[in-house]
Amino acid sequence: MFAYPDGRQALFGVDFTVERGERVALLGPNGAGKTTLVLHLNGILGSVAGGTGSGRVQIGGTGLHREHLGEIRRKVGLVFQDPDDQLFMPTVRDDVAFGPANLGLRASELDDRVHEALVQVGMQDHADLAPHHLSFGQRRRVAVATVLAMRPEVLVLDEPSSNLDPAARRELADILAGLDVTLLMITHDLPYALQLCERSLLMNGGRIVADGKTRDLLADADLMSANRLELPYAFNPLSVPGPEH
Amino acid sequence: MSGDGLLVAVESPVHRIPAQVKLVALFIFVLAVVSTPAAVFWAFGGYAVMLLAALVTAKLPAPVVSRRLAVETPFLVFALLLPFVATGPQVSVFGLQLSQSGVLGAWNVLAKGTLGVIAAILLSATTAPRELLAGLERLRLPATLVAILSFMVRYLSVVSDDLHRMRVARESRGYLGGRAGQLKAVAGGVGVLFVRSFERGERIHLAMQSRAYTGRMPQLSTHGASQSQWLVGLAIPLAAILIAIAARVVGL
Repeated sequence: MFAYPDGRQALFGVDFTVERGERVALLGPNGAGKTTLVLHLNGILGSVAGGTGSGRVQIGGTGLHREHLGEIRRKVGLVFQDPDDQLFMPTVRDDVAFGPANLGLRASELDDRVHEALVQVGMQDHADLAPHHLSFGQRRRVAVATVLAMRPEVLVLDEPSSNLDPAARRELADILAGLDVTLLMITHDLPYALQLCERSLLMNGGRIVADGKTRDLLADADLMSANRLELPYAFNPLSVPGPEH
Repeated sequence: MSGDGLLVAVESPVHRIPAQVKLVALFIFVLAVVSTPAAVFWAFGGYAVMLLAALVTAKLPAPVVSRRLAVETPFLVFALLLPFVATGPQVSVFGLQLSQSGVLGAWNVLAKGTLGVIAAILLSATTAPRELLAGLERLRLPATLVAILSFMVRYLSVVSDDLHRMRVARESRGYLGGRAGQLKAVAGGVGVLFVRSFERGERIHLAMQSRAYTGRMPQLSTHGASQSQWLVGLAIPLAAILIAIAARVVGL
């Protein structure tokens, strides 16, 4: 349960478990509470952050309590929708180093961690550029690297494919598919969800209204229309390959 | 790396000097210039020759330097007015009656201003914004101020893009205000821009918290400047101090 300070209640009892290594898409119309939910996963919102709300979050055996906040924020990596919100340091290298430096890494250990994360997203040649000199797709990839540099157990992405051109969208999918982490991805891009995530959660009005195989959810026309979700023109979820292939 | 602040990206010995050394050098140089009596003309010649040598060593193109000198224009106008408005004994120059102290005052503003601006251009054209921040941090500027400057460097382009988009949106809907009208619209838009920027600030804070931020920004600089780098970097300002002292002594 959670309500914003202005009294607007955004979450009404949300229960789900994600297994280690699972890739889960979080679907739902605008205003369903998806972003609010993921901001609870690392204690940015909710009672831990001094706000309202009740409930329990457990990440890899660690309960979300004030004393574990640092550990939880290392375990749960959040990639925000607008890379300009995520990249706030003067250069790409400084930005990717921000998280691990806060965790106490220094000198060569820190440099190695930064390089490793940039290699994972194929941006190692752009380390000394300022973020505003990168294309939008590159900025999105660096935003992913800033979180990967903290070696999270759970990677949470808010609308990773939004505003990307088709090539950048595919490149990001390749990167995400190659990562060995638990993935939770908010998206309106239903083919993207089907391509990357075997399982989907469907949210509406602050509740989880469906939880199942992405393919089954997308093929359920009644469920989809009841929750303001629509497939792209001529897209048939039953006839395209998914992550299980 | 084109378009990185005011940096002119070439390889030169001046570019390689650490930013903190250059910042201290600029400060001392300007102090020396400002404390020189205006009437000791040879001293300003000395400063100019040293600055010119530094500009050449830094491989800065002359057109870039002269274009950036334009920031001095308002002071220039003020300096040119001085001989006409100042009082005291008059001298005749090309048939114009000018105030003697005004002419000297104009020269004072002109010479010191130009030298200071050129020195600042030298610093900004040979140092990337990030290095400047690291240098300030090295010089023990409080971390909060460094962080504020760092955010300013990062988000200036984002905010000016916002401003540009707002103008395009305005004009696309038929707003034809002319110059004064645009200014009026921008003034009205500043409020909106402030709210937008404030909200962005909140989102950035969330993003920082998500990456284990606990109130201390990580250090930008990793290592200090060596003794020889300090010596090379401070050569010109130290010479400038000698000139300033000599000018004082001679001037007395």
